[in-house]
Amino acid sequence: MPDTFKDGNVPYAVRAYSPEVLLAALKKMMLIRKFEEGAEDSYTRGLIHGTMHLSIGQEASAVGSCMSLTDEDKITSTHRGHGHCVAKGADLGKMFAEFFGKETGYCKGRGGSMHIADPAKGNLGANGIVGGGLPIAVGAALSAKRLGTGAVTVCFFGDGANNEGAFHEALNMAAVWKLPVVFVCENNKYGMSTSTERSTAVKNIADRSASYSMPGVTVDGNDFSAVAEAVDAAVERARSGEGPSLVENVTYRWRGHSKSDRNRYRTKEEIAEWMERDPIATMAAMLIDHKIIDQDGVAALEAETTQIIKDAITFASGSPDPDVSEATRDVYTQEAAA
Amino acid sequence: MNMQAKPTLRELSYAEAIREAMDIALSQDERVILMGEDIGVYGGAFQVTGDLVEKYGTDRVMDTPISELGGAGIAVGAALTGLRPIFEFQFSDFAALAMEQIVNQAAKVRYMLGGAVSVPLVMRFPAGSGTGAAAQHSQSLEAWLGHVPGLKVVQPSTPEDAKGLLLAALEDPDPVMIFEHKILYKMKGPVPEGYYTTPIGKAAIRRTGKDVSIIATSIMAQKAMTAAETLAGEGIDAEVIDLRTVRPMDRETVLASVRKTGRLLCVYEGVKTLGVGAEISAMVAESDAFDFLDAPIIRLGGAESPIPYNPELEKAVVPQVPDILDAARGLLKGRI
Ligand SMILES: Cc1ncc(C[n+]2csc(CCOP(=O)(O)OP(=O)(O)O)c2C)c(N)n1
Ligand SMILES: [Mg+2]
Repeated sequence: MPDTFKDGNVPYAVRAYSPEVLLAALKKMMLIRKFEEGAEDSYTRGLIHGTMHLSIGQEASAVGSCMSLTDEDKITSTHRGHGHCVAKGADLGKMFAEFFGKETGYCKGRGGSMHIADPAKGNLGANGIVGGGLPIAVGAALSAKRLGTGAVTVCFFGDGANNEGAFHEALNMAAVWKLPVVFVCENNKYGMSTSTERSTAVKNIADRSASYSMPGVTVDGNDFSAVAEAVDAAVERARSGEGPSLVENVTYRWRGHSKSDRNRYRTKEEIAEWMERDPIATMAAMLIDHKIIDQDGVAALEAETTQIIKDAITFASGSPDPDVSEATRDVYTQEAAA
Repeated sequence: MNMQAKPTLRELSYAEAIREAMDIALSQDERVILMGEDIGVYGGAFQVTGDLVEKYGTDRVMDTPISELGGAGIAVGAALTGLRPIFEFQFSDFAALAMEQIVNQAAKVRYMLGGAVSVPLVMRFPAGSGTGAAAQHSQSLEAWLGHVPGLKVVQPSTPEDAKGLLLAALEDPDPVMIFEHKILYKMKGPVPEGYYTTPIGKAAIRRTGKDVSIIATSIMAQKAMTAAETLAGEGIDAEVIDLRTVRPMDRETVLASVRKTGRLLCVYEGVKTLGVGAEISAMVAESDAFDFLDAPIIRLGGAESPIPYNPELEKAVVPQVPDILDAARGLLKGRI
């Protein structure tokens, strides 16, 4: 072993997880990237009617934040939620089917990209409303505490959401009631076109934690190990009954906010700089350094994930559309009530 | 030459017409400011504010953080104290986050204070379905706000009215809520140059006819016109009224039309039940126009469900031209 790998220099992730778990995490990150690229391609080819928010560049934040979660644990997600969904173990075919508006999709074609959810895996859903998931996550944590399930909720939200009233109300109540929830802010520097400098009075969003008497930490959100270390500790704290935490993953979205973004509010140089810090390449390099995988292994994983995405798209595009006569189904649990 | 100078009618899109109204307002009244999310350098989610920030600067074209309740409330406070804010919601659905300030504050302050103050506030709401944005980005919530005394609620359906109603809203001393249909933003139409206003509270008769009154709002007024052309070919002479204002509603125009045609078809995109069509119908039923009805009233409104994502489902839950045709033909079936 080279000197640099003496105990103190071994990253948290390599110390904390088995090689199998680490390889599964890398695979998930690749799947997220390829899901987004597939979504973008479908969009460009005119197959998609709605909008989409791609999380390319933010894969370490999604996967790193879910490392110590089980299917019993919950997450709430955002409009930029494809990555969280994959990280929590979703089926790629059902995700694409939803994106294509098919009956076989997670929401049977009713929700689309912005509403994909996977309750069976603990994913309470993406959200079209910025900040909409924050109080819901606290509610899930309240259930876990009252029902004694031991489950923890990880609440994903963007930097933009930290200026909604719902954010402040949710953090306060979570702290007052010592609920098992971890607030994970994915600070990608912008809420649509508005930088955090122009929207937010504090320097780090984690600084907000002081107002709600909970620990707050800012980490490099493109470093899988750093994210996992911070969120694992917060999940552990929540699980042992010590209450909520706020983790801020500083990251960057490579693509525009949504389909219609001319990127007028940021420079090409800034985008290029962040693309240099590719979370997937960084993760792969770490695993290669620690002899958990080699270049050929990475290439094989690339090929495997490409095939999974291809199969998922084939499944989705061959799936039936919803029946128009059932457009108003599922408004109520008991249809007769309508 | 002594020719009367006629206003030139160029074609502008609905979005451009709104931008022109804001441009005029900003240039002639220092008190006017624009507030909203991503309305500056981004140009607004639907490119309505466009490049106004370059002309007027960030002090007058203000990007707010993503803070609808606070932003709306700040606009209310500013309107109370000397400014003329035009507040843009990025989508009308996000009014839900700001309802407190709109409903409990803006609408009621004047009344609660015995008329001592007024709230000259304009709010703009990009509304409606058709973009595949699903349940939280596609609603038509005009009836929510139309239910609140103290607010005025308008729904322009043409570029000309979009400009004229915005300028009228700015002249109005009370809060005016403007519901703009997202699908109309790119639609072009003639727009007079310069300053003019379109009266709030006045419907427009888009087509006169004697067989059936189609009272429609927003994009449905456009669909009703398309339907009326087809109906004309079948010998059905439809009168199309674009309601334009939901509160206060133009009672006279609606009742006069129904007295003439004896048949009423209401078409609106908002959910049918407890919506704008219910109000129109009740207005007719409570008046002498009721005696002129030759057939039951028909309301065509949005289905009793959220707006779905799948494009075919999305179309199915709001009235379309064939639905208007079927309803009108049904009304005329037993005609004497
Ligand atoms: C309540 C609400 N306001 C505004 C929007 C429109 N909108 C959607 S995403 C977005 C930016 C969100 O920024 P952030 O929370 O940082 O998430 P990011 O897009 O950067 O992942 C905005 C303004 C919305 N969906 N909901
Ligand atoms: Mg952001």
